[in-house]
Amino acid sequence: MAETAAAPDTLIKIRGLSYRRGSRVIFDDLDLDIRRGSVTAIMGPSGTGKTTLLKLITGQLQPDRGSIEVDGLEVSRLGKSALFRLRRRMGMLFQAGALLTDLSVFDNVAYPLREHTSLSPSMLRKLVLIKLEAVGLRGARDLMPSALSGGMARRVALARAIALDPLMILYDEPFSGQDPISMGMLVALIRQLNDAAGLTSIIVSHDVRETTSIADAVCVLSQGRIVASGTPVEIAANRSEWVRQFMDGLPDGPVHFHYPGPDLDVDLHVRGAR
Amino acid sequence: MSLNAIAGLGRGVLSALTRLGRAHLLLVDILRGSGEIVRHPRILAEQVFNIGVLSLLIIGVSGLFVGMVLGLQGYYVLSQFGAAESLGVMVAASLVRELGPVVAALLVAGRAGSALTAEIGLMKATEQLSGLEMMAVDPIRRILTPRFYGGVLAMPMLAAIFSAVGVLGGYVVGVGLLGVDDGAYWSQMQAKIDFSEDVVNGVIKSLVFGVVVTWIALFEGYDTVATSVGVSRSTTRSVVHSALVVLGLDFILTALMFGD
Repeated sequence: MAETAAAPDTLIKIRGLSYRRGSRVIFDDLDLDIRRGSVTAIMGPSGTGKTTLLKLITGQLQPDRGSIEVDGLEVSRLGKSALFRLRRRMGMLFQAGALLTDLSVFDNVAYPLREHTSLSPSMLRKLVLIKLEAVGLRGARDLMPSALSGGMARRVALARAIALDPLMILYDEPFSGQDPISMGMLVALIRQLNDAAGLTSIIVSHDVRETTSIADAVCVLSQGRIVASGTPVEIAANRSEWVRQFMDGLPDGPVHFHYPGPDLDVDLHVRGAR
Repeated sequence: MSLNAIAGLGRGVLSALTRLGRAHLLLVDILRGSGEIVRHPRILAEQVFNIGVLSLLIIGVSGLFVGMVLGLQGYYVLSQFGAAESLGVMVAASLVRELGPVVAALLVAGRAGSALTAEIGLMKATEQLSGLEMMAVDPIRRILTPRFYGGVLAMPMLAAIFSAVGVLGGYVVGVGLLGVDDGAYWSQMQAKIDFSEDVVNGVIKSLVFGVVVTWIALFEGYDTVATSVGVSRSTTRSVVHSALVVLGLDFILTALMFGD
């Protein structure tokens, strides 16, 4: 594997990453750089391993081969305490929000602060309220997670993810299942937070329009490899059939409508089969 | 055909052994986090409340009825030999040595163990455990360890309460309804029940049951397949495995303690 040099402002450097689940290859010799301060979108159809990539970057999974460096640290070689130190500088927004259901909105956002800092109660209250204000939910601080809509839960989770002022935030399908208003709020929030707090954001998504509207760079994944990368404008101009099918949402193309199987005519005339 | 059966058997045994290995590794991790309950005693208190105090009703009611049935059955057997005055000893010995620890453990497995498995399993399915990890908080130390010690501490207390209520149940039936002498019921019990032989051994049993019931419940939750069917299967397995292990261990412990 040839070592490819990364630009000095690279926050995440992935080289020769291979990962398989059982006999299924998820990533095969994947290279990827993520620039500091950017919003990078990782896109691809469901099941291409986008969430798996986030889990590999955050050290929740171990790669079979290759290296993943985050801010100069090789994630797969970190011990538990070093990994936890790194994670304090990473925020992650899970698909379902992952709020602790027996704690109120306020306590959920205060949780990482209480765990990792020894702030006075009044300082902690101020910080939590500032974080909730940033996502527009200061007034919802006493609600329990069960009383929140999906979009609100994600915004609370976002406030919690930025509680410790991280270096980067990873978003796992932030827009899926959102109504247009929540979607618009989340889209605007992700970009604002990235620029205001000087974060680096990675968005894993298959919502093409929303994601490309705020991304600085887009990587399109398919079958364990990056099939296209560049700015949203470059991706929009990409003539590859596969990229066009994904970006334009075409029902048939290189990715077939039909799941592979025997010929219909043969299948219909097999006796005694189910 | 027979080769397939042998291969299937081998796979089954291997997967059972792998699960057993994972369960032991989890127990080691849970015990490693013991410092957490010293740093956060409030979380431990919450878990003793959840597992212990919230099980009091079922433990109390079951203890009462088991004691009453023991009073009835014991009276009919003992009175045939003219030994109805020994009813108190029989009721107390049965409860303190066997029924208290065993039935309390089975009830705790059904009420609190299943709840623990479902809670941890759902936390896993809704990514709350991953969320904690991403906040650099170890979910084993923060979530599992306090629940483990909560269960281990609550179990002997629940077994003691079960036995005490059972003795009162036996008294109500034996003395109140069937006419056994009041003084004989208590004095024979006091004379024949040995503290170290009976009570301490009963407490040791319930401590052991507390460890295995809570351990199984936590492991099944933590190891669940994160789907609704997965959590439901884990909850069932938690109760069934706990019951079988408690009954099996009870035989071994009884043989070791009283089998001379």
